[in-house]
Amino acid sequence: MSAPRSNETKPVRMTYREACRQAIREALASDPRTFVMGEDVGLYGGCYAVTKGLLEEFGPNRIRDTPLSENAFVGAGIGAAIAGLRPIVEIMTCNFSLLALDQILNNAATIPHMSGGQFAVPLVFRMATGAGRQLAAQHSHSLEGWYAHIPGIKVLVPGTIEDARYMLKAALADPNPVLIFEHIVLYNAEGDLDPSVTDVDIRAAKIRRPGRDVSLLTYGNSLPKAIAAAETLSVEGIEAEVIDLRVLRPLDNATIFESIARTRRCVIVDEGWRSGSISAEIAARLADEAFFDLDAPIRRICSREVPIPYAGHMEEAALPQTAAIIETVRGLVRPR
Amino acid sequence: MSDFVMPSLGADMESAKVTEWLVKPGSVVKKGDVIAVVETHKGAIEVEIFKAGVISEICVKEGEVAPVGAVLARLTAAGEMSPRLEQPPAPAAAVPTAPVARPPEPKPAVPSPPAAVARPTAPPWEATAAEAGPGKRSKVTPAARRRAAERGVDPSTLAGTGIDGSVTLADVEAAPPTLVAAPAAVGTGTEPRKPRLGFDPTEMRKAIASAMSRSKREIPHYYLATTVDLGRSLAWLAQFNETRTPGERLLPAVLLLRAAALALREVPQLNGFWVEGAFRPGEGIHVGWAISLRGEGLIAPAIHDADQKTLPALMIALRDLVGRARSGGLRSSELTDPTVTVTSLGERGADSVIGVIYPPQVAIIGFGRIGDRPWVVDGRVEKRPLVSVSLAADHRASDGHVGGLLLSAIDRLLQEPDKL
Repeated sequence: MSAPRSNETKPVRMTYREACRQAIREALASDPRTFVMGEDVGLYGGCYAVTKGLLEEFGPNRIRDTPLSENAFVGAGIGAAIAGLRPIVEIMTCNFSLLALDQILNNAATIPHMSGGQFAVPLVFRMATGAGRQLAAQHSHSLEGWYAHIPGIKVLVPGTIEDARYMLKAALADPNPVLIFEHIVLYNAEGDLDPSVTDVDIRAAKIRRPGRDVSLLTYGNSLPKAIAAAETLSVEGIEAEVIDLRVLRPLDNATIFESIARTRRCVIVDEGWRSGSISAEIAARLADEAFFDLDAPIRRICSREVPIPYAGHMEEAALPQTAAIIETVRGLVRPR
Repeated sequence: MSDFVMPSLGADMESAKVTEWLVKPGSVVKKGDVIAVVETHKGAIEVEIFKAGVISEICVKEGEVAPVGAVLARLTAAGEMSPRLEQPPAPAAAVPTAPVARPPEPKPAVPSPPAAVARPTAPPWEATAAEAGPGKRSKVTPAARRRAAERGVDPSTLAGTGIDGSVTLADVEAAPPTLVAAPAAVGTGTEPRKPRLGFDPTEMRKAIASAMSRSKREIPHYYLATTVDLGRSLAWLAQFNETRTPGERLLPAVLLLRAAALALREVPQLNGFWVEGAFRPGEGIHVGWAISLRGEGLIAPAIHDADQKTLPALMIALRDLVGRARSGGLRSSELTDPTVTVTSLGERGADSVIGVIYPPQVAIIGFGRIGDRPWVVDGRVEKRPLVSVSLAADHRASDGHVGGLLLSAIDRLLQEPDKL
């Protein structure tokens, strides 16, 4: 007779949004130096409702609404971090983060270097990214690949409920600026949270689905699409390995190269624009360091190089989709 | 100056032994001349040259095995000076004699090659240069390239099954393991063989296995069959043969061949090749006639322009071809040119045959045994000589409707034998 399962081992079902909120709650509750700052994070509860209820729970000193001035509040966050606090700065969407790019690049990423290591900037930026909810071009772009260009910061892209729940903790523990890109389509995604997991690392990519015939490298909202594609391909006898990159900077070369050494074929799915993208960087690294493992050309599926359209059918056509992944893999693994 | 390379004498050929040179440096050749005899698993094949000029250099000695695409000889085209006679010897020494990649066209992808030849003593840079053929560099994936180097395989001799016909890791691993000993292995075994005769049944079996496996793996066949009343044709034939000497008489097979060739003229969608994802019509109707080699193998050399030959001419061509196929002495063009295959089981075969397409062709027409059977004519059951005519065709290249047109054309043509 086995004892009934205790509550701790029961999976907890929640949305990605709720996981983000729980992560912030935990951070606020466990460290008095932590506070949240951003546009509409307090009274409104966050543009994507991630911080809903936190103002009531933690009060206006810890949940601070800011003016609509990214350059100003990001700069304030950097100052607070240098001064010893642990700010969580929410930028409504990464599209608006460009207004604060000077602060992020020239200050947050550079001050530890410019100060000869005297000042660390233990700051976490959270921002929404991606397309798929008909928010039109100025709210739909995927700029995480751009940020991955910058030395001195880390770029995280949670693609699962678990990562949404626990990456923030690891990011706050990091002494350097960390950018977390939360995909707007994933906020409503639901999943089970394994209660035995309480920490995730922010160093390694993760094999979400093992396979032998081709490696699908992806992250964010392209991850569920890649997994769906892999399931379909599996019926046809093609076993695709799905790798969730999770961290775009620094890239986890080891996991990627190890996978390619086994499957020898690679398809990169990236919601960013193709030219100069993170997918381009990965392809270049593979050509550079895994060349002799490749048994087929490296293929990339990226967003069309257009401002993301508003119209639903055009938006869908502009983004990487499951069908395109399936088609591309079929072309690689079963050439005609 | 141009190169005369080892031709690909079929989708399943990887290499061949040069058994005899019929020319030497200085020989004047014209288009269509037979200049060498090579020994393949299909027996001894006379290799033709397709350019006119003067042979300036023989690059492969008699008895040596050379892969498809290797330079066998160099030719100074008519009207061209012979630089070799005037230049100091140094540049000649620099000319690589390593195999070059086969030209991209003649040979579509074939997996599991029966044999391949490596030059393990060649330095790596020479192997690379060897891959740069007269056309384009052959495609070998990086993983395949490394594995090939490890195993001492020359990847340019392999048929690729990957993207754009690239040679993949699997292709290299399927190549025979001990390529250092390849020339001996590719040859004819321990027994000395008479040149220009026979073939190696084991090698031929391997080649048939390879081609037929590829066919069944890659080609989505569709099959159609119809029964044709040969009453009129056979009556006409009996009348024709009555006044002829035995040497001039026609066999029923010739009528079938002629009808098939003329029908293909009407339905050209079944005469040609499936190459690189598209149908390429054949230039001319060159019927590959399936010939059984005394129970030890099968070969389907071409009867060129079968639709333009009269029945007596076809009969002569058929006799000649069968004789040479069995004794050795087929010509290279006869092996490379067939645009379609026709198989006829003859009197000792079965009632019907459903063929397997010889890639990259897109159709095979099969005639079963002709036999007297009941048949309804004008509402009455009669004894008639019937034959089952079948078609196996590549569904990528055509649909059943097209196949049906071909079979009904064959039927119609066989009802009017005096017009054949």
